[in-house]
Amino acid sequence: MTKTDTKKPFNFQKWLRSRQGQQTIIIVLFSIIPLALLFIFTYYPFVEMFKFSFYDRSYTRVKGFVGLKNYADVFRKKDLFRSLFLSLYYMAGAVFQLALALYLATIFCFKVKGGNFFKGCMFFPFLINGIAIGFIFKFFYTRGFVLDTVLGWLGFNIESLPYWLRDQSINNWSLVATSVWKYFGQNMVLFIGAMMSVDASLYEAAELDGANKWQQFKYIMLPSIKTIVMLNLIMSITGSLSAFEPAYVIASKGANGTATYFVKMHEVAHTSQKIGQASAMAVVLLLIIFAATILQKLFFKYVFKSGEDEDRGAAARRERQIAKLNARKGA
Amino acid sequence: MTAGQAFKKYLWIFIKYFSVVFFSFVALLPIVSCVITALKTKTEYENTNVMTPPQNWFNFENFTTAFRDGGMGRAFLNSALIVICVVVGSVLIGSMIAYVLNRFKFPGNGLIRSLFLFATLLPGIAMQVATYQLMFQLKFIDTLYGYIILSMGTDVISIYVFIQFFENISVSLDESAFMDGASYFKIFYKILFPLLKPAIVTCAILKGVGIYNEYYNAMLYLTKPDLKTVSLALYTFTGPFGNQYNLICAGVIMTLLPALILFIAFQNQIYSGLTAGAVKG
Repeated sequence: MTKTDTKKPFNFQKWLRSRQGQQTIIIVLFSIIPLALLFIFTYYPFVEMFKFSFYDRSYTRVKGFVGLKNYADVFRKKDLFRSLFLSLYYMAGAVFQLALALYLATIFCFKVKGGNFFKGCMFFPFLINGIAIGFIFKFFYTRGFVLDTVLGWLGFNIESLPYWLRDQSINNWSLVATSVWKYFGQNMVLFIGAMMSVDASLYEAAELDGANKWQQFKYIMLPSIKTIVMLNLIMSITGSLSAFEPAYVIASKGANGTATYFVKMHEVAHTSQKIGQASAMAVVLLLIIFAATILQKLFFKYVFKSGEDEDRGAAARRERQIAKLNARKGA
Repeated sequence: MTAGQAFKKYLWIFIKYFSVVFFSFVALLPIVSCVITALKTKTEYENTNVMTPPQNWFNFENFTTAFRDGGMGRAFLNSALIVICVVVGSVLIGSMIAYVLNRFKFPGNGLIRSLFLFATLLPGIAMQVATYQLMFQLKFIDTLYGYIILSMGTDVISIYVFIQFFENISVSLDESAFMDGASYFKIFYKILFPLLKPAIVTCAILKGVGIYNEYYNAMLYLTKPDLKTVSLALYTFTGPFGNQYNLICAGVIMTLLPALILFIAFQNQIYSGLTAGAVKG
């Protein structure tokens, strides 16, 4: 670590001893590494990627400038466009996941015996390695294995069940289900946190006034969590576009029409080595993310404008929330 | 209480417990079926239904086979090294920059905040094409330190958690220490850093689990067999073990044990870490 400089005075010894000098030194020392990392691993690739997207090139060889052709191809090439379309499955899954998380979070806000244990069970999948989840569900969905057996107990005839991962009419839903399985508990914990931030006396007061559970939910809980619900909903767009592990691991690198946008991008970049094309795909992805972010801002501006929780610092706070959620999804 | 009210009350209790039990079951079923299979011998696995309990609940043979033949020893070692370095690195980096951004007003403070903020809109995973090129130029491919530096560089969450935490530590603490002649550096590591402990625990756990589970970058940048992380080693299980799910499941259970132990030990820190960022803002 860099720590000796503060004690080593040069010619401008006095300045160094002064409060301002010390501040300058600490600011420079403490921000130089984080900023260097930020520029090297985020902004430099960001700029480079933009440049790549206008060229026909591989990692080592540049074949020539092609203008906007790579971008046009994202929408022209059927397999690429289809993968963009596939994200809709994951978005639908995300909506379902949020509804489920909201429902369960509401239940946990009332007294549940053994609540911590149940909460833990539902949350734990979030901490499991994506590859492990891949194997777990490959096994889970195999013909005659876990899912088929359980459905058999419930009286389904195994012969009439589809091949969960091979049948193209259902395999994308099977994959989306694994993503819901992984994240619903995490969303639930977020929602519980938001609901718990409401003063408990409000509920007591409501109960005294004769409000039933539904009214308590509608008038006390929901307002306190609408921000985080909306954030998660819009974040799901990013998550859906960058869905990778389910399709890559469970469905063997996106076989049988399950290649999501990101799986496709990976294939274009690392199998076909078409760096220009892959960069253009990434830029399109970023543009969609920006669009979603702006939509979200507009939404908050016009829909929640009159909300009483909207003070002057709220916008800044939300900005940070968005950033954090984004960072978490990206990590 | 009338009969109608009583009925409603019991219906609510039924719905409540049915829901939590049902969804806990859904969450656990895939994992439990894996545990069951991991404890079966090869013949047992081939001749019984996957949900039939194993004859011997203490048959750990698959685990030792998977550990040995799957190269898990080396993988756990690599992963441990990576996790420790990345966690230490990102805690230091995150707390340092958060300290500067929170405690000092200087031209560029707002700019730096915006730069970090904007960076979160750029998912590293989307820029992997250009990042790969960069890693290639830096000769970071197939080196542990290259992967470690890359993993530290893309972490913005901890910075936010730390900034938020600093906001709740009174500035008068710094002031009085400064008056007593302590340098800013000393204030940071003697006074503030210890106070950050809860935030550090939270960040370290979330970051640690995240890196332990990271697969995509590891796959791109650690291609040599002796550099394999746990995720990578697990991914290659289909090679030596084919479709022998009793061994694969043993590998799966093995890899999720560290996360499970951490989770049980630090459950509340994990929950509060997740919510602190998202709720309070």
